[in-house]
Amino acid sequence: METAATTKNGEPHAPGARGGGEGAGPVIRARGLSLTFETRDGPVHALQDVDLDIRRGEFVSFIGPSGCGKTTFLRVVAALERPTGGEICVNGMTPDAARRARAYGYVFQAPGLLPWRTIAGNVRLPLEIMGFDKGEQERRIGEVLDLVDLSGFGKKYPWQLSGGMQQRASIARALSFDAGILLMDEPFGALDEIVRDHLNEQLIALWKKTGKTILFVTHSIPEAVYLSTRIVVMSPRPGRVIEVIENTLPAERPLDIRDTPEFLAIAHKVREGLRKGHAYDG
Amino acid sequence: MTGEAVHAGTRGGGARGSGRLGRAFAGTMGRALPIFAVVLAIVVLWYLAAFWLNAQWVLDQAERAGRSVGFWEILEKTMSQERPRLPAPHQVVAELWHATLGMKITSKRSLIFHAWVTLAPTLLGFLIGTVTGLLLAVGIVHNRAMDMSVMPWAIASQTIPILAIAPMVIVVLNSVGVTGLVPKALISAYLCFFPVVVGMVKGLRSPDCILLDLMKTYNASRWQVFWKLRLPASMPYFFTSLKVGAAAALIGTIVAELPTGAIRGLGARLLSGSYYGQTIQIWAALFMAAILAAALVGVIGLVQNWVLKRMGFVR
Repeated sequence: METAATTKNGEPHAPGARGGGEGAGPVIRARGLSLTFETRDGPVHALQDVDLDIRRGEFVSFIGPSGCGKTTFLRVVAALERPTGGEICVNGMTPDAARRARAYGYVFQAPGLLPWRTIAGNVRLPLEIMGFDKGEQERRIGEVLDLVDLSGFGKKYPWQLSGGMQQRASIARALSFDAGILLMDEPFGALDEIVRDHLNEQLIALWKKTGKTILFVTHSIPEAVYLSTRIVVMSPRPGRVIEVIENTLPAERPLDIRDTPEFLAIAHKVREGLRKGHAYDG
Repeated sequence: MTGEAVHAGTRGGGARGSGRLGRAFAGTMGRALPIFAVVLAIVVLWYLAAFWLNAQWVLDQAERAGRSVGFWEILEKTMSQERPRLPAPHQVVAELWHATLGMKITSKRSLIFHAWVTLAPTLLGFLIGTVTGLLLAVGIVHNRAMDMSVMPWAIASQTIPILAIAPMVIVVLNSVGVTGLVPKALISAYLCFFPVVVGMVKGLRSPDCILLDLMKTYNASRWQVFWKLRLPASMPYFFTSLKVGAAAALIGTIVAELPTGAIRGLGARLLSGSYYGQTIQIWAALFMAAILAAALVGVIGLVQNWVLKRMGFVR
């Protein structure tokens, strides 16, 4: 695993960010996790009683209709939201401790690149903030841009790149400081189908190469089935986990695997799960 | 670049081949034409107004002399009075020309001299106002107490007529021994800081939620969020604020010169012009102030273009 080699170089304060919990229990562990937003129209149960374990190196997709709490779950893992009940551990710590240990990279639906920085400059942003030295910054920028197929675009500004390339740059940025967990909140939601297929293919390759634990929020059943090792089906109001489906597809996944009966069977299972979720609406 | 365009033009030939040069020309004309049309309309209206406002005096003069005047004589005399109600454009231009290029800069009647007397405190006031505005904006964005308390006061400060407090400020400062440039600069800064505060608060708060969340996931300190996100994101707002602030600073200085018995500066020039009914002098001073403001805003615009282009904001 090439990421292991880069771990010791110049990471200023991340004790056990990715070393912690090696083989010792899940990377993310949620028990009875709940989050209620108080709004003017009364409380909104974004998450209710979520139990979930995610092991190291897994690719877990979260699927469900809008408002089912899948994004909220990711934000709780990232310590961007505070749960109102239950408990959650990330790398054996609280989410906030994990955030301070820079345990994860977050990819949002929009690329969120700074328009005044070049692509390389954008990838450099977290490295500067985390205090990597200049040489190490350059090395890592080269490495992750290569990983997302953007070497040669480092000097371009974001507006000079297509939407898909911008999103790839934002993935490179999330990978640059070599966190063990990648949180992706509908990263390809705003892209067209063809670009999306291409990026899905690249993401699988990247996941295999880096061995990251990936949490991936999506609306798309084919995307979830194509990418993940497990699919978490959620239902809205209150947001809860309906079903966790093991993906039995082989690790090697060319795009046309989506036409095989096995693929369609799993997709069908996911759809059934989503339908079950809707039964709660009554 | 021009040579290349001309070359392309000769090669392509015809209307299509006029190329970049043609397009550039059309572009300049496209922008200049509306401006030219507006200027022309203003000049025409101005001449009409000058005729209309100044005609009475000509008629009165003629009546006193006991003779009648024809249309052409009225027209001619309305355009060349010494103290017209409204001087004609060419009179103002002539006075401007005479008062700037027609005499030594050191002369007490040189508009360049008076413009400089006004410009110096304007620049100092602009500097003080911008720095104050920036610091207040940073405080407002980062401190909840300041957010709640400063803005209402800043707004209240601008509702006080500057004309009312300018003499007080100058008298008080004079009594403690502060004279010369500084009192005028402070009044200028008083008007200038406000647009900077408003613009910069908006600018420093302009980054998207996801960018602020992103910085949080990096565990960035407030200081890092400020330097690497908020401040660069605010740059377009910053320059816009500076433009408004520069114009306000100039107005502040001129107002400071009005009620305080100043004998030098554009404000003093305006006042003495009105004392002695020298309307042409008033208008020339007004135009000088406008030119000064345009120059300040223009310089800021150039810096803005350069900086934003270098930052990659402008495509």
